Amino acid sequence: MEWFSKNLPYLLAGVSVGGQYALIAIGYTMVYGILRLINFAHGDIFMVAGLMMVYLSASVPVYIAIPIVLVATVILGFLVERAAYKPLRQAPRMSIMISAIGVSYLLQNLALYITGGLSQQYPPIPWISDVVNVFGASTKRVTVITPFLTIILVIVLVALIKYTKIGMAMRAASKDFETSQLMGIKINSVISMTFIIGSFLAAVGSLLFFTNYTGVTPTVGAMPGLKAFVAAVFGGIGSIPGAVIGAFIIGICENIIKGMGWTTFSDAFTFALLIVILIFKPTGLFGEKATDKV
Amino acid sequence: MTKKKETIINVSLIVALLVVLYVMEHTIPSTAMIFTVLKKGAIYALVAVSMNLLNGFTGLFSLGQAGFMLLGAYTYGILTIPAEQREFVYMYYDGGIIHFSVPVVVALVAAGIVAAAFAYLIGLPVLRLKSDYLAIATLGFAEIIRAIFQWDKLGPVTNGSNLLKSYPTFKSVLFPFIVSGICIAVIVMLINSTYGRAFKAIRDDEVAAEAMGINLAHHKRIAFVVSSFFAGISGALLAMYQTTIQASMFKSAMTYEILLIVVIGGIGSVTGSCLSSFLFIILSEWLLRFLDSDMYIGDFHVPLLRAGFRKVVFSVIIMIIVLFFRKGIMGTKEFSVRGIYNFFTRKKKAAKGGDSND
Repeated sequence: MEWFSKNLPYLLAGVSVGGQYALIAIGYTMVYGILRLINFAHGDIFMVAGLMMVYLSASVPVYIAIPIVLVATVILGFLVERAAYKPLRQAPRMSIMISAIGVSYLLQNLALYITGGLSQQYPPIPWISDVVNVFGASTKRVTVITPFLTIILVIVLVALIKYTKIGMAMRAASKDFETSQLMGIKINSVISMTFIIGSFLAAVGSLLFFTNYTGVTPTVGAMPGLKAFVAAVFGGIGSIPGAVIGAFIIGICENIIKGMGWTTFSDAFTFALLIVILIFKPTGLFGEKATDKV
Repeated sequence: MTKKKETIINVSLIVALLVVLYVMEHTIPSTAMIFTVLKKGAIYALVAVSMNLLNGFTGLFSLGQAGFMLLGAYTYGILTIPAEQREFVYMYYDGGIIHFSVPVVVALVAAGIVAAAFAYLIGLPVLRLKSDYLAIATLGFAEIIRAIFQWDKLGPVTNGSNLLKSYPTFKSVLFPFIVSGICIAVIVMLINSTYGRAFKAIRDDEVAAEAMGINLAHHKRIAFVVSSFFAGISGALLAMYQTTIQASMFKSAMTYEILLIVVIGGIGSVTGSCLSSFLFIILSEWLLRFLDSDMYIGDFHVPLLRAGFRKVVFSVIIMIIVLFFRKGIMGTKEFSVRGIYNFFTRKKKAAKGGDSND
């Protein structure tokens, strides 16, 4: 019990960070499920969403800025897919991955240019930035809301995929890309939709993430992006509940490691976990078994 | 053209290049930008070729290059800091625990060996993975290495997150050229050997290669270890060039840059990688510099130009290459004396009815 109360702040932070990773991880796992592409630019889209909030909140009130950020991030995600991934649909997988790395490089340099390399102060968002008390540990309200918001969004998303027409098309496309095209599924609009959903969730994630961390720098997206990817692999790439569970596990473990005073290794742990998972269960917790066809 | 003649031309070209560099060094002031470009270009050429050996010739999409460069740089720095300077460099760790230093050449080789040894160990589990999983796992490995080298408890060896400095560096531009040249020559010999042909077979079709009796695990491990060995050496060279080492330098952004150099040069072309690394350095360090400062044409203040714009333009160029010129400068072709010779004599051959080869 004493251990619990001592580590409660870390646990809370872990659950909160886990929720934010989960929102990013869904973007990775959905895109990978359909295109078999690690969207390296996803973490940077998350960063751009943070930057847009910084600049918008300087000129308009927060309640207007938030919807604009959400819409603009979605548009950015859509444009990135159209400009950088669509022309390479027939190309080898390595080219499209290199293109993703190129987009990530471009977005980071663009952010560097606009911000001048300085860390930008993230605006406090009323209500969710307020400090509250949870079992005697004081924390921002965002820490408490994040897991609930994440779970609600995931339930909505799963329902969308299960019960709507576009969701059905997504499932078909991730099962077999070419056959689904033959069945009359407009593959380009399905892929666009995946990017739109992924970017939207990344934007929500950035609202929650930066409220806790306050500083936005051009490279801030890289680490959460990679960790969210690890979470997606951990849960079984292509599986949304898997990504969410993986993200929570990684978020909590990472913060407990920080709590034990091993901050240096909190990042290393995530990647060590990745390597271990890939060796012992390459399909992740809930992944489907892939077979090699000659 | 006979093989002997070709060798003579190649050797004389290399000697001519070295002589030109030597003369340049004695006529142009050593602070000139051209030397920065040449030194850094030679170092990047080596690491780009080593990455090309993996990504282009063996088809292993690895993103761990920065990690191996870090290992090489640290090994070099730790082994060569003069004993009397250690007290000063390791001031937070009571002078560190290593109290000897070795000659530069030994340290360079050691840098490669340490990187190769780590590559062997990490390769045991990681090389079983396919394409993008391999990419992420190696990227993760590079991040782990970086975290470990900044760890406080290893301070007596790595100096924690503080700088390593005061180790011997090179002044002459010939040094990186000769070291990189030798290393690249070794890689080329490897590529042209039976091993190289096996690598290419693995790249083109793993299943078919295995059916032809190529031991996949063995060959992949060789490619990975050799590539990391040379990445380690280039890390040591980079450390010499920059005169200080800090773990935070070797971020994944560095790997991405090298990967983009390889792509621009052409995945699967050694000379392409060399060319594009010089091009990359020339553009980013020199020719596009003007984009970073304010400019006036008459009274007109050119918009957009300020710090950081260079990198934006640069990444746009890279995206254009990635999207529209996917083969890069060279594709999979090599730049060679024979190629030029054939290019000029092609017309004659075509007239005779003989088929021309590239």
